[in-house]
Amino acid sequence: MKISVQAEDFDLGLEVLDIQQDNRIGAVASFVGQVREVAMTLEHYPGMTENAIKKIVEEARARWKILDFSVIHRYGDLQPNDQIVMVAVASSHRGDAFAACQFIMDYLKTEAPFWKKEHHPEGVRWVDARDSDDEAAQRWRGLKQPRLLKP
Amino acid sequence: MKVKVLFFANLRERVGTGVEVVDLPDSASTVAGLRLHLMRRGGAWHDVLADMKVVRVAVNQDMAAASAPLNPGDEVAFFPPVTGG
Repeated sequence: MKISVQAEDFDLGLEVLDIQQDNRIGAVASFVGQVREVAMTLEHYPGMTENAIKKIVEEARARWKILDFSVIHRYGDLQPNDQIVMVAVASSHRGDAFAACQFIMDYLKTEAPFWKKEHHPEGVRWVDARDSDDEAAQRWRGLKQPRLLKP
Repeated sequence: MKVKVLFFANLRERVGTGVEVVDLPDSASTVAGLRLHLMRRGGAWHDVLADMKVVRVAVNQDMAAASAPLNPGDEVAFFPPVTGG
């Protein structure tokens, strides 16, 4: 049961190992997000960030049977290919693990107070929020499986 | 009434400060009241807070609406829509 907001890198393998100990666990689903193409600085709101992630995980635990989890989100200066975020969910069966992992990621993108500033050769630029991320979170409203996104 | 006001990301850069204690008149004891109080400073303060469609507000680290009441010592944060993950 781990939530961490940190500057340091993480090791997905160790995190998964840590949450797969309970012998009722039959499935672990995980996701890693990493920096694409352009270096960036990630700013966050210390305190609120951890609370927001806690609430997202609680919401997931109310919907699916989650036996253990690890959610890590980094902040600070990151280079292309650096890892940004990971979510790993352990459950008895894969359906709950897959769905909860995707739900937590979709909500992290719209609810957790992080902001990306990209460092382009021509200057810095704050990343705009994307409507598609809002839609990805909203498709879970009251559902245990996500509605399919429009292509 | 004193409240702690925080700014993040491009809002922080545009107003030039990340944290400030603001002495608020009792008549302005809501999020909307604080926002108008700060907008009256003019310049970047006005411009940054004018478009509430692109400004989110949290009170004591929970998302809040413009009508949310404020109490002495509250922590109020203004920031743009989030872009983590």
